[in-house]
Amino acid sequence: MQIKEIKNKILFKNGKIFDSVLDKIYEADILVNKDKIEEIGDINPEKQYEVVNLKGKIVSQGFIDIHVHFRDPGFEDAETITSGSKAALAGGFTQVCCMPNTKPAIDNEAEVRAVYRKSRELPVDVYPIAAITKGRKGEELTEMNELANAGAVAFSDDGSPVEDSVIFRNALEYAKITGKVIINHAEDLEIKGTGYMHEGIVSAQLGIEGIPGLSEELMINRDIRTAEYVDAKIHIPHVSTAESVDLIRKAKKRGVKITCEVTPHHFSLTDEYMRNFNANGKVAPPLRSEKDRVALIEGLKDGTIDVIATDHAPHLSDTKETSLDLASFGLIGLESCFGLAMTKLVHEGHLSLMDLIKKLTINPAKILGLPLSSIKVGEKANFTIVDPDEWWIFNKKNIYSKSENTPFLGQEFNGKVKAVLNKSHYMTV
Amino acid sequence: MNLSIDHLLGLKGVPKEDLNAIFDTAFSFREVLDRPIKKVPTLKGITVVNLFFENSTRTRMSFELAEKRLSADVMNFSASSSSLSKGESLRDTIQNLFAMKMDVVVMRHPTPGSVKLLSQFVDAVVINAGDGTHEHPTQAILDMMSLKEKFGTLEDLNVAIIGDIRHSRVALSNIYGLKTMGANVMLCGPPTFIPYGIESLGVKITYNVDEALEFADAINVLRIQKERQGKGLLPSLREYRNVYGITRERLAKFQKNITIMHPGPINRGVEIDTDVADGSNSIILHQVLNGVASRMAILFLLAGGKR
Repeated sequence: MQIKEIKNKILFKNGKIFDSVLDKIYEADILVNKDKIEEIGDINPEKQYEVVNLKGKIVSQGFIDIHVHFRDPGFEDAETITSGSKAALAGGFTQVCCMPNTKPAIDNEAEVRAVYRKSRELPVDVYPIAAITKGRKGEELTEMNELANAGAVAFSDDGSPVEDSVIFRNALEYAKITGKVIINHAEDLEIKGTGYMHEGIVSAQLGIEGIPGLSEELMINRDIRTAEYVDAKIHIPHVSTAESVDLIRKAKKRGVKITCEVTPHHFSLTDEYMRNFNANGKVAPPLRSEKDRVALIEGLKDGTIDVIATDHAPHLSDTKETSLDLASFGLIGLESCFGLAMTKLVHEGHLSLMDLIKKLTINPAKILGLPLSSIKVGEKANFTIVDPDEWWIFNKKNIYSKSENTPFLGQEFNGKVKAVLNKSHYMTV
Repeated sequence: MNLSIDHLLGLKGVPKEDLNAIFDTAFSFREVLDRPIKKVPTLKGITVVNLFFENSTRTRMSFELAEKRLSADVMNFSASSSSLSKGESLRDTIQNLFAMKMDVVVMRHPTPGSVKLLSQFVDAVVINAGDGTHEHPTQAILDMMSLKEKFGTLEDLNVAIIGDIRHSRVALSNIYGLKTMGANVMLCGPPTFIPYGIESLGVKITYNVDEALEFADAINVLRIQKERQGKGLLPSLREYRNVYGITRERLAKFQKNITIMHPGPINRGVEIDTDVADGSNSIILHQVLNGVASRMAILFLLAGGKR
């Protein structure tokens, strides 16, 4: 990866621009001056410009990932805001939202501001999602107004669902004064039990205690009805079952203010991956059945699923190369996201490239109220440049995270992130 | 005689030819066990470590005896998995042990898949002595050997496995092995003890013990652990005995001799009554002896046969 500061002007020639804000696709040259777009159109290079030929490449607004774990503070051996940001850039992401399951949790103003302070000099915009409850314990609401004023872009207790239905209702209502959305981890922990893979045919054949899809569906059902009842906004993270997609689809039809996301691993892999007992497939919610995977893709196609988010969850190898019960939940996802999405969604004919780009840009920006402007003169130069057709094999040299816990090593992808521009930096992969 | 497998991690996918080779070898070791001097020099110079991350008396003793009867050098390592602190790498623990050069490792661990994980980390023959609720292949082999001894063949034999299928490592291995050998398998127990999705293995399922007895030439009765009570899985052991307990009265309803097996340890008066466990149709003690013989066969075929 090469990162350099744009000190003068760079001219990007012959690229195809996918502007998801205007829903427009057109060919044009873009002249960038430091961090701003100076000119768009048919531009003749002057001698002093650096010129980049983008023939066959696509330029879109920088990708946004609203669900990452940068482990900072508290677990910096697995990831830091700096290392996570490199992983984000490699994946084409210029804006990421990090979850508050740090130590201490991001549940106070100082921790919210610390995320901004630590990322100020980085070429990625890192936004904190603050906790719903103090210490993510599900008991007392955080000072949401102050946290939002300090820059929290949403509220979530991340891996810990707000189990108490009264606290959850209060959180939905109280968050209205901030205008920010509540993101509740959708797992009923009692039904989830002590399992570590999807409950189904594969778990039965492996003798592994399963996590039923029911654990997610019960929680989503409660969350939808509560949000509907108090007329509040809710976002469901990492939807994983067919029934969940259906619950959300119906809720949207009724006018509930609900949005949701899916991860690349849930639309790419199934519980079959667990047959070799590889802990890199241990994730919450678990990799589900093929029927669920197909339903997730259907949900992406019909718009029920608004966003693709990675749930990038770094863990060091010693917590993965161990027996399944002791292994951590989660996998890294930033670097492989676009390749997987292109391969599994666009090239297999499920989504158009523009639809995919919307789920990585305008849709997440709208849900969390992140800045995203159309690609026009005077706006910030915040782009991701991709080659939609390049074949490449994902291996360790493509990983910039401090951790390597991914089930996708060695897989061939069709579609690659080539470069990213943000905050007057130009980064090439 | 060589097996197609390098390790015995489970019975899933182990071909019939391998199982028959194990049975044939085991029956010849049975003869050795009837001799006044029960030791043979077959595995002289081979070091076997019994790596038990979970308590076991029978399986560990049976393996140790089998190893000693074959003249192997035997080492025992016992550690409750709780002493391996959370986060500590299983790989580290095991690689340390194996820096000492072992030829064979017999491993029991509370977590499914951990024995397979071990086989990827070490250069030794690995034998699964039970990995959580996944498999316990040597138990199923000794069960099948005992059935073969009694019935001559496993082809089309009707075997019912009765009890806590969900928390058992014996059930899955028996299902895989028996299906490979051409037997018909029925699972019986309360619905809370039948794993979701298990019908995908081509087994019949019933919640009615009389239906299982009607079907069966032989029944394999699993132990009901006292800890299962009160967590909603089972109201009480008394209720279990009333509905599923194998009693003389219940067996008397059927005009046939049903062969009785139990992997032990037995909870007398819960899953099976004493007079049935000790009765003339019980082959429970044959299972114990066959356990030593079949483990000798497995050790010999995997570790000795290749030299």
